[in-house]
Amino acid sequence: MDNARSMELAVGAFVAAGLAALFVLAMQVSNITAFQQSEGYTVEAYFQNVGGLRERAPVRMGGVQIGRVSAITLDAQRFEARVALTIDQRYDDLPSDTAASIRTSGLLGEQYVSLEPGGMPDALAEGDEITLTRSALVLEDIVGQFLYNQSGEGE
Amino acid sequence: MIVRLRQLGAGTLSATTTLGRAVLFLLRVVRGSGELIHRPGLLLRELYSVGVLTLVIIIVSGLFVGMVLGLQGYYTLVDFGAEQSLGVLVALSLTRELGPVVTALLFAGRAGSALTAEIGLMKATEQLAGMEMMAVDPERRVVAPRLVAALLALPLLAMIFTLLGIVGAYLVGTSLLGVDGGAFWSQMQAQVSFEDDVLNGLIKSMLFGVAAGWIAVFNGYDCQPTSRGVSRATTRTVVVTSLVVLGLDFVLTALMFD
Amino acid sequence: MPEPQPIPAAPPLVEISDLRFRRGGRWLFDGIDLSVHRGEVVAVMGPSGTGKTTLLRLIGGQLRAHSGSVQVIGEAVGSLGRRSLYALRRRMGVLFQSGALFTDLDCFDNVAFPLREHTALPEPLIRHIVLMKLEAVGLRGARGLYPAELSGGMARRVSLARALALDPELILYDEPFAGQDPISMGALMKLIRQLNDALGLTSIVVSHDVEETLEIADRVYVISQGQVMGVGTPDELRRRGSEWVQQFLGGLADGPVPFHYPAPSLSEDFGGGAS
Repeated sequence: MDNARSMELAVGAFVAAGLAALFVLAMQVSNITAFQQSEGYTVEAYFQNVGGLRERAPVRMGGVQIGRVSAITLDAQRFEARVALTIDQRYDDLPSDTAASIRTSGLLGEQYVSLEPGGMPDALAEGDEITLTRSALVLEDIVGQFLYNQSGEGE
Repeated sequence: MIVRLRQLGAGTLSATTTLGRAVLFLLRVVRGSGELIHRPGLLLRELYSVGVLTLVIIIVSGLFVGMVLGLQGYYTLVDFGAEQSLGVLVALSLTRELGPVVTALLFAGRAGSALTAEIGLMKATEQLAGMEMMAVDPERRVVAPRLVAALLALPLLAMIFTLLGIVGAYLVGTSLLGVDGGAFWSQMQAQVSFEDDVLNGLIKSMLFGVAAGWIAVFNGYDCQPTSRGVSRATTRTVVVTSLVVLGLDFVLTALMFD
Repeated sequence: MPEPQPIPAAPPLVEISDLRFRRGGRWLFDGIDLSVHRGEVVAVMGPSGTGKTTLLRLIGGQLRAHSGSVQVIGEAVGSLGRRSLYALRRRMGVLFQSGALFTDLDCFDNVAFPLREHTALPEPLIRHIVLMKLEAVGLRGARGLYPAELSGGMARRVSLARALALDPELILYDEPFAGQDPISMGALMKLIRQLNDALGLTSIVVSHDVEETLEIADRVYVISQGQVMGVGTPDELRRRGSEWVQQFLGGLADGPVPFHYPAPSLSEDFGGGAS
């Protein structure tokens, strides 16, 4: 019977390890924490072009992550991309004239939303719109512009 | 020419017959597996031999696969200055593909072949027939617990493999290659989705568990009751499981990740 | 000269009538009638390859006849559903040629297996029953041994104890004497006969070991080429059996079954090849 006990123990440990691995994969490896982090507020920003920005991309201020992109939709009236940013509750006094821009980490890295604080005394709140936005830099446009300028100088 | 055609026809016919037999077998076993609720001890013993005994090879392989992925991924990414994305690369490869697939292949070699050989030998030594004549249904008593254990164990093993792979890549990346640990995890968390990646990988490994378990027990139960028959059935289990897992993986990937 | 035994009033325990069974395009059984009465030891004999084991499988319901009927303990085996077939099988025991012991269980657990599967008896009671059954076959002392440590004869005796575990009414023996040394053969013969009489069993023994089988059987069926070639008590068969039965029982090399497999004549094979 001692044998049976140790077998039960081994199987129990095995199942527990498997479930623990799933748990760690959920909490540590994937972004399921983002959904639990609902203690935040959502603001909107309109961009003419979001480039390669994806949902769940980080929102950073001064390089520090303070939230995530929770939704990207097209506003049918303004024909602009509406990006919903969910910002951690801890950062609840961002100035209302904060500017948002879409940046790329490294030349080919992921795209994220960068916020630069303004100087207004009142804070951004749930549902507010960030009016100062700068769209993503699209690499093809820059290269195209560069070539166009080059050929212009040559004449 | 006619002879060739006839052989082709006969081959197709026998393959189709085998498939039909396998499906009917699976249905009978699944219907009979309800009794396991009253006999948890049976399942426990099979979980031990199918799961716990496979753990060592899964742990070692997981760590090494992750370490290799870390090295190779780093050398590719560093050319683009994107070595911070190492975590993403490794985690996505492992959760979506390598975790479920490599685990299933190792499982076929370690546990599937053992299942086939065990059941095949029981058949060859008339133990299954003896059981049947003792009014004990071998499909319920012998096959069902092994099948259920296989399809429970494989997803658990795949999760352990995946996690250890990521840990292996993390160790190599941070200690050997100087990738920033914080960036490794944070980029990974930003890019890896629970539903799309982790959950889909889990679903994949469950389906692989059904396939691997089914193929193993059917080949054992259906083998020629001779020593050569058992050995051929064991080989067939490993080969067929590997092919089915890889083919199924392609189909699932096409369906899951668009 | 004794007349055929008076037919008892009770219906036979096993009754097979006009059984036909085909395997691989050949009629293994082509209209066989066989009946076994309660309390009898009936032997089924015949040359190798006549399908004696198949007959046992037909009685046990592992195979189904193509036509004809197999009645066991009042049930038509061929048409039973799974549940009633399994209920019927609890009332019979089978001793396989190889013993068919579970190699990963020791003798005790092997004998306890059917009890644990089919009853909810407490463990002390199971222990008593198992030791009793092992005692009946003389192997109470071998309870802790694994099948790999047993001789062939001992394995068969353990297997017999296991077949007896659920107190069956009918026991089927598949070649119990094949490949046994004289001592274990004697032990098995004694067991088959004594257990049958002491426990009120009914036994069907399939064998081609003539001497041993004739000694313990009440009645003998000799089967060959899908037909019953002779029926009767051992004495009757020895004295009045057909020429073929005489050859089989006497173990004569030549007779109705020729020594030579059918072949072209000698001169054709040896003389004709040269030209």
